[in-house]
Amino acid sequence: MNEELVAKISDLQEEDALRLAGNIIKQGGDPNDVLAAARKAMEEVGQRFAVGDYFIPDLIYSGTILKGIVSIIKPHLKQEEAPKKKGAVIIGTVAGDVHDIGKDIVVFMLDCNGFEVFDLGIDVPKQVFIDKIIETNAKVVGLSGFLTLAFEAMKETVDAIKEAGLRDEIKIMIGGGQIDEKIMNYTGADAYGNDALDAVNLARDWLMQ
Amino acid sequence: MAKNWKEMNSGEKLEARFEKWLSPEGLDFKSLEAKSSYQRKIIRFRDAVQLDKTPDRVPIFPFYTFLPADIYGVTNEQVMYDPEKLASTWMRYLEDYRPDYYLSPALVSTGQALDALDYKLYKWPGHGVPPTSPYQCVEKEYMKEDEYDALIEDPSGFWTTRYLPRICGALDGLKFLGSAVENCELPLLAPMLIPYGLPEVQSALKALMKAGNAALSWVQHIGAFEKEAQERGFVNGAGGVAKAPFDVLGDTLRGTQGMMIDMYRHPEKIVKAQERLVPILIKMGIKASEMSGNPIVFMPLHKGADGFMSDEQFKKFYWPFLKEVVMGLIEEGCLPLLFAEGGYNTRLEYLKEIPRGRSIWLFDRTDMCKAKEIVGDTICMAGNVPASLLVTGTAREVEGYCKELIDTIGKNGGFIMSSGTSLDEARPESLRAMIEVTREYGVYK
Repeated sequence: MNEELVAKISDLQEEDALRLAGNIIKQGGDPNDVLAAARKAMEEVGQRFAVGDYFIPDLIYSGTILKGIVSIIKPHLKQEEAPKKKGAVIIGTVAGDVHDIGKDIVVFMLDCNGFEVFDLGIDVPKQVFIDKIIETNAKVVGLSGFLTLAFEAMKETVDAIKEAGLRDEIKIMIGGGQIDEKIMNYTGADAYGNDALDAVNLARDWLMQ
Repeated sequence: MAKNWKEMNSGEKLEARFEKWLSPEGLDFKSLEAKSSYQRKIIRFRDAVQLDKTPDRVPIFPFYTFLPADIYGVTNEQVMYDPEKLASTWMRYLEDYRPDYYLSPALVSTGQALDALDYKLYKWPGHGVPPTSPYQCVEKEYMKEDEYDALIEDPSGFWTTRYLPRICGALDGLKFLGSAVENCELPLLAPMLIPYGLPEVQSALKALMKAGNAALSWVQHIGAFEKEAQERGFVNGAGGVAKAPFDVLGDTLRGTQGMMIDMYRHPEKIVKAQERLVPILIKMGIKASEMSGNPIVFMPLHKGADGFMSDEQFKKFYWPFLKEVVMGLIEEGCLPLLFAEGGYNTRLEYLKEIPRGRSIWLFDRTDMCKAKEIVGDTICMAGNVPASLLVTGTAREVEGYCKELIDTIGKNGGFIMSSGTSLDEARPESLRAMIEVTREYGVYK
């Protein structure tokens, strides 16, 4: 493990990190080692976010650095075995709502923490969630929404999942702007989260049991 | 006015603006009761804000964008396209619920103008989102990472020839325009005019004329509503609008992601761009406030909320420039009303830097008790009945929440009852409970 690279990425030193990764590849180093270092760094970023040292801008910036690293090593990367994921999570902003900032941060954090994430995007009809649950056999669904109209859309989505006979198999978490315990009860979701970290902890609790 | 405006200090300017607000020109009150009700509400507001006197009762100011449409089963699309319907629905809400302060139907805007411009910055009801949805912003990098210098050099030119063509499909031709400043001698006139001969530019100008016609016809309805509402004794709760400079960049120019990355890659440019925007935003707030004869300048805050940046970043990038705008407005006698959407728990100490009794902060998910403890002596607090409660809760639950707010946050004044966020919907009985419980239980003895 190249600890220097891990440190440069997790300390958000973009230029240094990209230069270092480039040098490793130029000198014939193993791109898989670079990828492993990047992965470790992203775990570290997640940790720092969890303890309150890092904030959303740090997450987004680390994601940008990661993209830069991946674009350097990609041409040199031989088909490698996909790393074992911790479990699958389906995420989307519910029907009628086109906000994606919060959802994207949750997707990013889940991804960094080793979950396989199926991001359905924004304004997602309830049937699309159901189809994806059947297709992927994912056990956790996250519904995002910023507007109050999302309360009803979330409730309808949870109800539709129930009607499709899938409710008992999966856990549903909700989050966004005005979402609180009251809306959790209203929609029939299993839990709600105030931030991306809550989403990671919920997914971990549900999938790692 | 005894003193010349320039000789007045900011407190005297505020008093002068209050006087003007209390006795507006051109209004013909429907009755003596309407006039005294109008004035009582302004005095109640003044007492709550200035923190020197306990008001007669807690002021009632539900915050909303499309709420009245939802209450009366009119779609948001209808009110965006039918200004008569818009005005009558908003008036019906006022007569029906009788809040102390209202928000202007102008916030709803006009669909015809958006159509004429092929507006892309937002999706609006019936246009990309359902007819019952509020309008929703489409975040993109409308300003590119390497365009800070162009913005800093000439904000107005940047807006006209780069920003507008990107957010309005019909204004694409404006990108061909040069700077009008270059036209300062006869021989320079013709070259400056050339772009105006291009079909693309002419098509953009035609679109602007069409949108302008729509806006002019719409504003007549809005103006008539404002006059009528105030003559009936209702008070407008916002005379102008301004924004935090960081949010101007982050919300609709660079976008959240771009802006967050820029804090690492281009920190000095973010600072410079904000320095450039500060005086423009102060002027924008004052100008609208003067036109409406109402000192309140509404400022929606976004990207400085808890979690959106570190304390260090807030201190460096967000707060200094927000504070400059707030202070600029206060110095001219305006009253900034800052809507701190999300949580502001980690930012409360900063609010102490604002002069006492000169601003209102509408809190959403901030811990109200903590805020009262830290800045209750400095600011007037407003909020924070949750939308979740107003949309899905019972009247009794809302009453309980409001009573607790009145007992704790409203103690000795300095508090305005409001929703924690701008409402697009609510259960009518729950909304009514919030208003009526405050009207009765909120009386100071």
